[in-house]
Amino acid sequence: MAYVFFGYFAGVIALTAVLVVALRNPVYSALSLLVMFFHVAGLYVTLRAEFLFAVQLMVYAGAILIFYLFAVMFLTEKTPDRYHIQSWGSLLIGGAIIVEVVVLIGQHGISFGSSVARTAAPSPSEEGNTESIGQLLYTSYLFPFEVASLILLVAMIGAVVLSKKDLPEVPPS
Amino acid sequence: MNVPIHYYLILSAFVFLTGLVGVLVRRNIIVILLCVELMLNATNINFVAFSEYLHDLGGQIFVFFTLTVAAAEVGVGLAIVVAIHRSKDTINVEEFNLLKW
Repeated sequence: MAYVFFGYFAGVIALTAVLVVALRNPVYSALSLLVMFFHVAGLYVTLRAEFLFAVQLMVYAGAILIFYLFAVMFLTEKTPDRYHIQSWGSLLIGGAIIVEVVVLIGQHGISFGSSVARTAAPSPSEEGNTESIGQLLYTSYLFPFEVASLILLVAMIGAVVLSKKDLPEVPPS
Repeated sequence: MNVPIHYYLILSAFVFLTGLVGVLVRRNIIVILLCVELMLNATNINFVAFSEYLHDLGGQIFVFFTLTVAAAEVGVGLAIVVAIHRSKDTINVEEFNLLKW
């Protein structure tokens, strides 16, 4: 069973990695990179790194890739007209997802008040993946963690400085 | 039952090489940055695989730092791309010859 999951994830990762390089259109490259990020996250689950699975989805697929797509749309000279055509199939898929979300929230809301949810809470004796990572990150790796936050601060300031337009020269009065 | 670790190493080496080839052959600077992300993800797969097989969570901690560097890279890199696009009106790396001699 483990081989089946690994084979699926590895196959899709390898295929989409090649597609990122091979596709002409940068939008398609970015979208196939998105598929690759999802499957790398799946590979993390098979390696029992559940917290990294969530982080991979949120940071890579959620933040970094949206950033890339924004830059592609912003900087590409001519966008073909077919980007502006909305197909009816997407309405169908979107409607199905909305129905699924409503159903899931409804089920959760029903079972939330029952005693089943309370007994399902993990006992403090068994540490999950997230707890042990947090424990390690704030004890042994505290200094590298602070350095990482400094890197992010420098990157933030650098991005703001680099991408802002030069202010017009103020004429001396 | 567990997948042996060299499968993960082969997968990660393949993804890394794909990213490297992409950086070398593509001419669109945004796609080059995407290929850098590809290489960073390949190293992340390696880190997590070794963390699982050596039963050491340090590998998963290191993925965080890779993630930090990737986020910083995408922020600063795209800011540079926007600045270059503003002055040269292209994103083809062949046209960026200001530092060549």
